[in-house]
Amino acid sequence: MIHTTELKEAMRMSTKIQAQREVLLSIRDLHVWYELRRFGFSHIGYVKAVDGVSFEMAQGETVAVVGESGCGKSSLMKTILGINIPTRGELIFEGKNLSKLAGSDLRDYRFDIGYVQQDPYGALPPFMSVQQILEEPLLVSGVKDKEKRMERIHKTMTEVKLHPVEDFLHKFPHMLSGGQQQRVVIARAMILEPKMIVADEPVSMLDASVRVEILKLLRSLQEQHRLSVIYITHDLSTVKYFSERIFVMYAGNLVEKAETRRLLTNPLHPYTLALLAATSDPDAGNADDFKEVPPGEPPSLVNPPKGCRFHPRCAKAIAGLCDEKEPVDFEPEPGHFVACWLYQKESP
Amino acid sequence: MSLVATQELLKIENLVLHFKTTKGVVQAVDGVDFELGTNRAVVILGESGCGKTSLSKALLRLLPRNVDKYSGKVLLQGTDVMELDEEEYRQNVRWVSMSLVPQAAMNSLNPVLKVGEQVAEPAILHLGLSKDEALGLVYKMFQHVGVPLDFVERYPFELSGGMRQRVALAMALVTSPSLIVLDEPTSALDLLTQANIMNVLKRIKHELGTSFILITHDIATSSELADEVAIMYAGQIVETGDAKDFFPAPLHPYAQMLMASVPRLRSDADPIFINGQPPSLMNPPTGCRFAARCPFRFEKCSEEPPVFRKGNRKVKCWLHN
Repeated sequence: MIHTTELKEAMRMSTKIQAQREVLLSIRDLHVWYELRRFGFSHIGYVKAVDGVSFEMAQGETVAVVGESGCGKSSLMKTILGINIPTRGELIFEGKNLSKLAGSDLRDYRFDIGYVQQDPYGALPPFMSVQQILEEPLLVSGVKDKEKRMERIHKTMTEVKLHPVEDFLHKFPHMLSGGQQQRVVIARAMILEPKMIVADEPVSMLDASVRVEILKLLRSLQEQHRLSVIYITHDLSTVKYFSERIFVMYAGNLVEKAETRRLLTNPLHPYTLALLAATSDPDAGNADDFKEVPPGEPPSLVNPPKGCRFHPRCAKAIAGLCDEKEPVDFEPEPGHFVACWLYQKESP
Repeated sequence: MSLVATQELLKIENLVLHFKTTKGVVQAVDGVDFELGTNRAVVILGESGCGKTSLSKALLRLLPRNVDKYSGKVLLQGTDVMELDEEEYRQNVRWVSMSLVPQAAMNSLNPVLKVGEQVAEPAILHLGLSKDEALGLVYKMFQHVGVPLDFVERYPFELSGGMRQRVALAMALVTSPSLIVLDEPTSALDLLTQANIMNVLKRIKHELGTSFILITHDIATSSELADEVAIMYAGQIVETGDAKDFFPAPLHPYAQMLMASVPRLRSDADPIFINGQPPSLMNPPTGCRFAARCPFRFEKCSEEPPVFRKGNRKVKCWLHN
């Protein structure tokens, strides 16, 4: 039953998006499980980091995946980058099934996807200059002409506003400020002219005043090159400046998928509501009252709770339903999907 | 100092902390003044490298070896703790009337000791309690910070990040100090855990009457606890005032731009960013330290601005002359 609804959903979504834009990435029922072994031998279970995730992304679309640490967002991201191998399910990029790619095809796939890491200083090799850092992907991808490489480096560095370029080429990462380091990381992700960028909390390590600058830069690059961007974050307040759709992830599942505006003005899933309530805006009135936070902590992904994974923390859980049956995606309004039994009736 | 009349808990005057390095002297804290009343919370907001953490170290006198200059007055309940020698300071101030929750406190617990023992240790050392009495106190503190009581027997690795942060808070609270310095208490935590910790801090403030100095760069979260706000830039405090006055209308251009750079969930204002970088603390510019990045600068800014008073608020900017 789950399968048919998901398939229907996928079909409906794809026809809807295809009418406007070409589908770039399509993920169907993706599972990423890590095996646990006792002393490296006997099997004792799985960490179900990603457990049945489906979505589609159009060329040039920006999507934010929002969730807390340990919800599986990094595993999802690594699978998209082609680092993790999916346990089950399909990942189709431009009509090619990722699990069937091997050798140079897989390498070409990786050239199409740029990766912006969370901690810029950790992501840049301390012993390489900016020029070496940016030249390496070009060498690996087979740009043999030195002049061509330098031309690309100049172009990309100007795009990420590291100018004058000559001043930065021979600097090492420790000589740059946090914001500049993050620009180098972005330049490195952009240098092979990818079709998609995966940005893992690209601004969480930066100062408030620089954060917006980097987000705006990513936004302008995205628009200029019609890039698809997957923006992974836990900070809901930055999302609306950046993405068209938001996916809320909890314990390995996407619990709510909707357009950004719609999700922020009409959040449906109790977990999304809790996240929004916990996000504060700077306001002196905040000090006067307590925030409402659901009790407990996210479940272990080895033995997730039966039924809805949020039910032990949910105030609106329906006994006998939420703790028994895993919710499927309902669509209470067009394009707004929520995996919660509360919206069973409203669904068409 | 008449302590009773003012209800003043802490008064800092011209606190200076400079470090010696191979390249020169870093003026991390350069003439900081502020006051704090009993059962109040002040938030010290600033970007990385502005000297916030050095300020917390200077207050607790947890200094590295390369100190070049450490001076000023820190009046805690009327006594100048800067006058005390190391031993007196350890016995009477640190963890007795003032304690610290260090940055990344959740990783500062001793991995081979049960958390109950770790929390009990300050009480045994400073209050002279027996181990059993101290453990009794630990149970009480765990109730205040919302840690299940059976966690006393657990090791740090068995606890989640949020729980470890609460344990670190319990450790700071166990000697019932009148002031707790919190250095980025929520920066490494998840959203819901952050909200939980802020709730715990609010509750402690109401129930135990503790004062807090909250050092952070997270403006939105800091507003959850702040009674007063102090904005720090390049080793100096550039604005102080009541949170109720500050958040709606900051005075200093840096504070205004910092507030405008915060992405907000509940408003559509487009956030801005501040051009340029903070100055090096090795060679801070003469005059106003923010002048190079300030859109309102004029001739006067080449002289160092004094602190101007505006009602209860203070601002170090010539615009408010």
